[in-house]
Amino acid sequence: MTAELVLPVIFAGLMAISLLAYVILDGYDLGVGVLLPLGSDSERDTMIASIGPFWDANETWLVLGVGLLLVAFPMAHGIILGELYLPVALMLLGLILRGVAFDFRVKAQAQHQPAWNAAFAAGSLLAAGSQGVMLGRYLTGFAPGAAAWGFALLAGAGLTAAYVLLGAGWLIMKTEGELQQRATRWAQRALLGAGLAVLLVSIATPLASSRIATKWFVLPDFLLLLPLPLVTLALFGLLAVSLPRLAARQAAGNDNFCWLPFAATVGIVLLSFWGLAYSVFPEIVIGRLSIWQAASDPEALWVILIGAAVVLPTIIAYTVFAYRVFWGKARGLSYS
Amino acid sequence: MESFDPVILARIQFAANISFHILFPTISIAMGWVLLYFKTRFNRSGDEAWMDAYGFWVKIFALTFALGVVTGITMSFQFGTNWPGYMQHVGNVAGPLLAYEVLTAFFLEATFLGIMLFGRSRVSNRVHTLATFLVAFGTTVSAFWIIALNSWMQTPAGVEVIAGKVHVQSWLGVIFNPSMPYRLSHMLLASGLTVAFLVAGVSAYRWLRGDRAASVRAALKTGVTLAAVLIPLQILVGDAHGLNTFHHQPAKLAAIEGVWHTERGAPLLLFALPDEATQSNRFEVGIPKLASLIITHQPDGEIRGLNEFAGAHPPVAKVFWSFRVMVAVGVAMLLASWLAAWQLRRRGEPAPWLSRVLVAMTFSGWVATLAGWFVTEIGRQPWLVTGILRTADAASSVGGGMILSTLLMYLALYVVLLVSYVSVVFYLAKKAGTPAAANLEGVSA
Repeated sequence: MTAELVLPVIFAGLMAISLLAYVILDGYDLGVGVLLPLGSDSERDTMIASIGPFWDANETWLVLGVGLLLVAFPMAHGIILGELYLPVALMLLGLILRGVAFDFRVKAQAQHQPAWNAAFAAGSLLAAGSQGVMLGRYLTGFAPGAAAWGFALLAGAGLTAAYVLLGAGWLIMKTEGELQQRATRWAQRALLGAGLAVLLVSIATPLASSRIATKWFVLPDFLLLLPLPLVTLALFGLLAVSLPRLAARQAAGNDNFCWLPFAATVGIVLLSFWGLAYSVFPEIVIGRLSIWQAASDPEALWVILIGAAVVLPTIIAYTVFAYRVFWGKARGLSYS
Repeated sequence: MESFDPVILARIQFAANISFHILFPTISIAMGWVLLYFKTRFNRSGDEAWMDAYGFWVKIFALTFALGVVTGITMSFQFGTNWPGYMQHVGNVAGPLLAYEVLTAFFLEATFLGIMLFGRSRVSNRVHTLATFLVAFGTTVSAFWIIALNSWMQTPAGVEVIAGKVHVQSWLGVIFNPSMPYRLSHMLLASGLTVAFLVAGVSAYRWLRGDRAASVRAALKTGVTLAAVLIPLQILVGDAHGLNTFHHQPAKLAAIEGVWHTERGAPLLLFALPDEATQSNRFEVGIPKLASLIITHQPDGEIRGLNEFAGAHPPVAKVFWSFRVMVAVGVAMLLASWLAAWQLRRRGEPAPWLSRVLVAMTFSGWVATLAGWFVTEIGRQPWLVTGILRTADAASSVGGGMILSTLLMYLALYVVLLVSYVSVVFYLAKKAGTPAAANLEGVSA
């Protein structure tokens, strides 16, 4: 086991963890952004308040993930982001729009507030959709042709649905009363889209790549991997059953287990992400480049690894602290 | 569309993105410390005026920080897309420095920002002060790493180059490379001055509108005093930075001074139109021997001219004029801040005309900071990493048409955002002065 062999695996793992953290954390706040137009004026303020203290830090996981791609796998960074130039530009446009709209909507003149609300929702939708398209393009190895692009667009819709499900789950957990009930209905609708998306990607990915197909559909691997899709399916089933029950309980003024939809959705995201990572590993640009071919020199990776080993636990500790400070139902955000 | 030169377009796009980005960190670095100062004054005295000042400026800080975060995400993507050759050749240096910036600074500031902005009623006063400190500290740590990397690109040290690739021999040598202490001090002072004039300008605006709240006076005094103290320091540090450039990047210095041919007793040029075609200046107006005196501390000291760097010197006019814009703003800052400090001492308030000058200079720090970065970044050309990697050799193969269309999109967006930002800052100032302001706090972000 030499450093050249092990370090790229460690860094691929770190990068995957960063991107997973990003998808879950920014996923819920992007989802809330997409849902914003569905809320009433006062509900919008509560929706924003539920994500206010967190979104800056949530987006930092994207900087870390892409930063790790840049510093640990520079060759892959150039190829992947060169291929994804347009969707990346659109995603950045979306992230910039929503990030600034977040602040401008309460600070600019009142008559401009609807415009900034719209910018917040549109930016969230654009960012979520672009990320899905990026995922779709990435999984096909940037294949040309209408079918590959059609798949990418479907992935865009699918990831948006997943983010909306996360966002609705977050709102069910962090709000109460009428907004919480509406969020439950939004979650039920998003569940269908997210379910279709996971199903579609699961079917299309092995069809598109025989290498991925053989990773899954040979014995005994297939049997060992079987729990992954089965648990995912069970979590979808759990959501399908529990959401209507939660709606019934809410009507009676009881929101026990309001954290369940969000937790189950996070579970689905975790398993789906694990499935994708298993499919792709050890390649980093599908069909072109393995993580070992793309990796930086071990000398640079060692230096980063030492820093990451010290700092990442600290980051996780104070992130947990920040979430605990704002634990419980969202209240109106106030600087005082 | 292939007729557009992708290297030029990639440079323009990167320059546009990084120029727009730097506007916001320039404010948030020093603003974090100013907020900590307000908070500490409140903790010590219990005087609500300081907390009011904190409450007003923390909103502008939140807005600024958000713009810094979202425009910064763009940078993490463009390092690789616009300059793939960069990591390939100098990744052993740039990779760890960028990674350390994200790990040690970005998460710290972004996470504690939430508590700093919205956590006052949820944590103890002590933890809230600590959160304010950690945010300010995080912004400064971030500046430390990125300036270390930028300075290393200007004056590389601590590495050996094998087959076009750098390998680190000494990390201390890399981080504390010859220009790093100067550039870091210069940038931190620039941030301090930008914030000082922002605080002074917005407070003067409120003062002119008849807003005599104690917090306005406190902020005005803070801004003016900070500016008056920092500007002489900045002039000293700037001079030292110039001497450092003279020793380590003589081609940049020759462009700054408009010295085409090596000469002794070079004049300090106040005005000139440098002409690349004839390798000379037109319409020179200068003070004899002063450039040599400032740079070599001898009236007949020698300044190496651009002729010694044929084919490897930066575009002269851009560097020459950016430098003069920076210095001119610096001189205006000196005059305005000292006069205002003197009037505040003597009369307790600045004269209306001077208040209007301060309002006009609200964002003067941006002009000087951008001009300064233009000097140092354009002055580094044609090198991306001096003596190691040329800019052209790091450029991307992404098509010119693609870069052009996204460039236009970014530019349009930036114009809208800049106009919105400046008008919201003044709108918040106007709103804060109305009696209903206290009730309008409400839901905010």
